[in-house]
Amino acid sequence: MTSARILPLFAAGFTLFLMIDLLRRHQLREKYAILWLLVSVSVLVIAVFPGVLANAARLTGVQTPSNLLFFIAALVLLVVCVQLSWEVSRLEDETRALAEEVAILRLDAEKGRFQPPARE
Amino acid sequence: MTGPGVQRSALAIVPALNERRSVGLVVQSLLRDAPSVDVLVVDDGSTDGTGAVAAAAGALVLTLPYNLGVGGAMRAGFKYALRSGYAAAVQVDADGQHDAAAVPALLSALASADIVIGARFAGEGEYAVTGMRRGAMRLLAATLSRALRTELTDVTSGFRACNREAMTLFARHYPVEYLGDTVEALLIASRAGLKVAQVPVVMKPRLHGTSTQGTLRSTLYLGRASIALSLAFIRRWPHDEVADVNSHEARQEAR
Ligand SMILES: Nc1nc2c(ncn2[C@@H]2O[C@H](COP(=O)(O)OP(=O)(O)O)[C@@H](O)[C@H]2O)c(=O)[nH]1
Ligand SMILES: [Mg+2]
Repeated sequence: MTSARILPLFAAGFTLFLMIDLLRRHQLREKYAILWLLVSVSVLVIAVFPGVLANAARLTGVQTPSNLLFFIAALVLLVVCVQLSWEVSRLEDETRALAEEVAILRLDAEKGRFQPPARE
Repeated sequence: MTGPGVQRSALAIVPALNERRSVGLVVQSLLRDAPSVDVLVVDDGSTDGTGAVAAAAGALVLTLPYNLGVGGAMRAGFKYALRSGYAAAVQVDADGQHDAAAVPALLSALASADIVIGARFAGEGEYAVTGMRRGAMRLLAATLSRALRTELTDVTSGFRACNREAMTLFARHYPVEYLGDTVEALLIASRAGLKVAQVPVVMKPRLHGTSTQGTLRSTLYLGRASIALSLAFIRRWPHDEVADVNSHEARQEAR
């Protein structure tokens, strides 16, 4: 085996191992893990069978196979970034809603402490 | 676990999202047909006044500030039940599909199991489920019956009773991702060493509106549930951790 094949093999194996370990220890939610598992499996396939990449490049009319790889990698990263921005926006909305709730609850609690509500 | 000891008998946890038209009837029938049970409705960001209707009908209401999904709502309900010292909890849907009169039977079956499923297709009544979803349900039931070494006919039923062990597990680990939550919860329970049993029940059609599971969702159901199940298999659950500690101690002693 040439050293050019060992590097991607190592990278793919490492990501796969990391993802499965994070999942096992409940450190990663399924929805994120599935994407990275797919990515690491694809890299593993390409590392073991480099012919797949060459064939895909020929089919899509890309002259240099590695350019196809870079293109796909950029695309995947773009999608991941957009998804993370979306998730962060949602989290911001949710923490804001929580802060509002806490403020209202605090007022209610303080009202209860200082002036007991009139009972009928 | 801190908090008060076990004082109260059972709590019915009713997850509800925009069920104004049926939640009142569900609460009333629970109070009537299962009088020993307190009722907690978890209003998950409804916009139709579900919480107010439930409170007027006599339920305790937990109002979540935004939608957490059924799994998140159930975790909140289990936490509340644990902290308030209930010995058992039973999940009852707000759409009227679950028969309140079956609640006592589910609870008494907890004498010999940690989790009791109110199951359709177990001889009682008929309940029409169509095409793809029915097939998926059969396959999942067969898979889980094998994994849990118990005959289970309806693993997607949300009608379940839990004892305190199961509540403690679920308050932390109830699946929140809608990937087949009801199915995954059973696998988690069995991995944690809990015993699952079922009691045949009649299930009624929804009182109003439509299920959150449309045709597309039904079709995706099997795939999502399989992913959830494979993940539950590779994950570590409390039982594994206990087993690990034990084997660690055994190793220490052997030295
Ligand atoms: N808390 C909460 N409850 C929900 C949500 N979606 C559905 N439910 C409730 O979960 C129960 C079951 O929902 P349903 O759509 O009937 O599912 P099905 O019976 O499995 O077809 C009902 O009581 C719904 O009101 C949600 O996002 N949050
Ligand atoms: Mg329903």
